[in-house]
Amino acid sequence: MNLSFFDQFSSPSILGIPLILIATVFPALLLPSLGNRWITNRLSTLQLWSINLITKQLMIPLNKKGHKWALILASLMMFLLLINLLGLLPYTFTPTTQLSMNLALAFPLWLATLLTGLRNQPSASLGHLLPEGTPTPLIPALILIETTSLLIRPLALGVRLTANLTAGHLLIQLISTATVALFSTMPMISILTLLVLFLLTILEVAVAMIQAYVFVLLLSLYLQENI
Amino acid sequence: GPLSERPLMEVRLGELHTWISTCNFSPQGLLGAVQRAWSSYCAKYIHVKQGGPAGISMLLAGSCLLSYGWNYQHFKRHRWRKYH
Repeated sequence: MNLSFFDQFSSPSILGIPLILIATVFPALLLPSLGNRWITNRLSTLQLWSINLITKQLMIPLNKKGHKWALILASLMMFLLLINLLGLLPYTFTPTTQLSMNLALAFPLWLATLLTGLRNQPSASLGHLLPEGTPTPLIPALILIETTSLLIRPLALGVRLTANLTAGHLLIQLISTATVALFSTMPMISILTLLVLFLLTILEVAVAMIQAYVFVLLLSLYLQENI
Repeated sequence: GPLSERPLMEVRLGELHTWISTCNFSPQGLLGAVQRAWSSYCAKYIHVKQGGPAGISMLLAGSCLLSYGWNYQHFKRHRWRKYH
């Protein structure tokens, strides 16, 4: 059987039950449902505080109609954040390394923003295709370029998330393989590599959080243009 | 109280097989058992006024173990592989 470094991303399944189902549902277990108490436990307080922070950040630039999107954007943010961070634990499977899942998240949401804009304010939406103050001879070329950039947005959203997480996981696996392989022959180099591994893990934690935020922020920006 | 109504932790080892025979193994019964186990875990470790990291860490450790078991077929031969 040919092995490559990409084997860690193949979706494992036991008895036909894929792990990706459990890995996608598991983050929901970590968020306790808020009862009707005013002061809850520490975990619920933390969760409330983070959801408040995220929702405020996202909703400030949006007008009143955009606030209808608060629920889906905040829950998408918590979903991606938890899945990305949980993927850094040993042996866990990260569903967001699968391009299929990220495109399935990005494409419908982007299409929803586009159709909202085209339906409610069609001329303003189409007006975004031409930035203000362009010289007249450039107009046809610029419209084509802006249309391409508009249509490539869902692909960019999905691929950005996939590529960042996949690259991070691959780097961690490569460097840890190097550390283990070097340990018997050159221990000092192995310790240096271990230091690099620690720094890389800190970077991966940051990337996991930033990529989730960027995904949702870009969607809210696309919504801002169109609502 | 009577054997069938005692929770699992209060059943003595000798009466375990009798207790199991009184269990309700229908889908609703199993679902109810899962529901009760989850809510007793939450009540004990999470819905506490001054909870610590222990409640969540046990869940995360459990998920690591579960993922290990799920992937076992893949890396049971890792030690003998030349290229990983």
